[in-house]
Amino acid sequence: MSIADKQQEVLEELSFFPDWQERYEYVIGLGRKLPPMADALKTADRLIKGCQSQVWLDATVENGAVRFAADSDSVITKGMIALFVRVLDGETPDAILSADLSFIDRTGLKEHLAPTRANALNLMATQMKQRALELGTA
Amino acid sequence: MAFDPTTVRAEFPILAQSVNGRPLVYLDDAATTEKPRAVLDASRRYYEEINANIHRGTHHLARAATAAHEAARETVARHLNAAESAEVIFTAGTTDSINLVAAILTLAPGDEVLISALEHHSNIVPWQMLCERSGASLKVIPCHDDGTLDQNAFHALLSERTRLTAFTWISNAFGTVNPVREMIAAAKAAGSLVLVDAAQAIPHLAIDVQALGADFVAFSGHKVYAPTGIGVLWGKRAVLDALPPWRGGGEMIKEVTFEKTTYNELPFKYEAGTPNIEGAIALAAALDFVHGIGLEAIAVHEDKLIRRAAEGLSALDGVHLFGPSGRAGALSFGIRGVHHYDLGTLIDQMGVAVRTGHHCCQPLMARFGITGTTRASFAVYNTEAEVDALVAAVGKAVAMLR
Ligand SMILES: Cc1ncc(COP(=O)(O)O)c(C=O)c1O
Repeated sequence: MSIADKQQEVLEELSFFPDWQERYEYVIGLGRKLPPMADALKTADRLIKGCQSQVWLDATVENGAVRFAADSDSVITKGMIALFVRVLDGETPDAILSADLSFIDRTGLKEHLAPTRANALNLMATQMKQRALELGTA
Repeated sequence: MAFDPTTVRAEFPILAQSVNGRPLVYLDDAATTEKPRAVLDASRRYYEEINANIHRGTHHLARAATAAHEAARETVARHLNAAESAEVIFTAGTTDSINLVAAILTLAPGDEVLISALEHHSNIVPWQMLCERSGASLKVIPCHDDGTLDQNAFHALLSERTRLTAFTWISNAFGTVNPVREMIAAAKAAGSLVLVDAAQAIPHLAIDVQALGADFVAFSGHKVYAPTGIGVLWGKRAVLDALPPWRGGGEMIKEVTFEKTTYNELPFKYEAGTPNIEGAIALAAALDFVHGIGLEAIAVHEDKLIRRAAEGLSALDGVHLFGPSGRAGALSFGIRGVHHYDLGTLIDQMGVAVRTGHHCCQPLMARFGITGTTRASFAVYNTEAEVDALVAAVGKAVAMLR
């Protein structure tokens, strides 16, 4: 499935939830389902700076595909990054770099977020592309 | 004398709105208070009727604006029971007031500045900067697990090296009310100057600077129903007269030649440039508003709210309340297994505004090994129904997050 298809899938799932509470429960659920990240990986260089909660992001390459692991002390933040992991994990660095991540604006989640949180979403997207770039040129 | 919160509430136009389809429950009063009509009207009337630059013009408007600005100073002086209104210096707020004091003091290596573990960054950083500049050292009064200051440690830290002692009256993070009278007396006995950060005290307590005995008291207008951008530094005349001016410019001078400038008297010595005239006038209106209701009645009302919130929240599973039981203004809590940021995000969806995070007190958070708390804070217009809405919203959010 392409990144665009995976994004479409997420948007369709979210469209089942008309009210904020169910949307948040969906996001929280995604956060819970994200595979745990080893504590040893939660280092300062994997921390995404600028978020009110702590978010760690790890990226490695496996057979040409980028594998992401992420964690956060905030379960909502973890759910947000899980949205990105779901659409970007397993893709090539090139595909990730050229992905249009503005789908997040269509999830309807941003309207319900404090500016700090909406900003954190942008930071996450940028960071994932940054890691893909580093891995692609490594 | 009790008052009717519904009538008072009706004076605050902003509170009538809905957030996410729910009536707004504003419990972030320690960050800033909303403004009553009397204050909004004072600001607007100033610009509609008497706006002019003060102390300079000979025309009618300049006289009217100057008179209103100086009348505002009198109102603040009366509110603080200052010996004279010249001891009231208008600033941009608490941060500005503290920076002013830090800028005019001269310290030397070996001197000490004593602050407390409960301080807001604005009562930490200016002193760190002063210490860096002068080679003096910063000492910190530790606090107990219940968020009260360790008075024994405080007495042990006081010495003839202590040149300035600065502490908050009420902690914005935990609502702790410090025994300021005793602390001021002890610091004065050690020969130290004393600054009290009254940012959180101003909306909740009567302040009598003469009875208090400190040298400086700082507060912000916006925490007591006045606009942002106006605040006060009260300073004892004998102390301020002996200290140098700070910012140079208009208003603060007596006579300027290129060879030498002589400085104006208090309070103008510390008010360089065109001040926030409207802000000062609106601050006076805010203090009049508070007096119209009565500070004691307000304190009783807020105390009832804070106790109700403490009771309601402690009944929820895994809730830990920070600070001692005699809190004022603010109630900070943590919930086992729940990040404060998530809690704040979800209850915002339910129309409840609280503050989450470190509350500009990172060293205090570090002392407790936490990254932040959720803080509900209370003002004259809050109601018991809002407290119940907070408790219900927190309960619902926790159910979603666990
Ligand atoms: C205890 C305390 N000190 C200082 C400040 C700083 O006030 P301002 O930002 O208005 O200068 C605050 C405001 O949050 C406070 O609560």
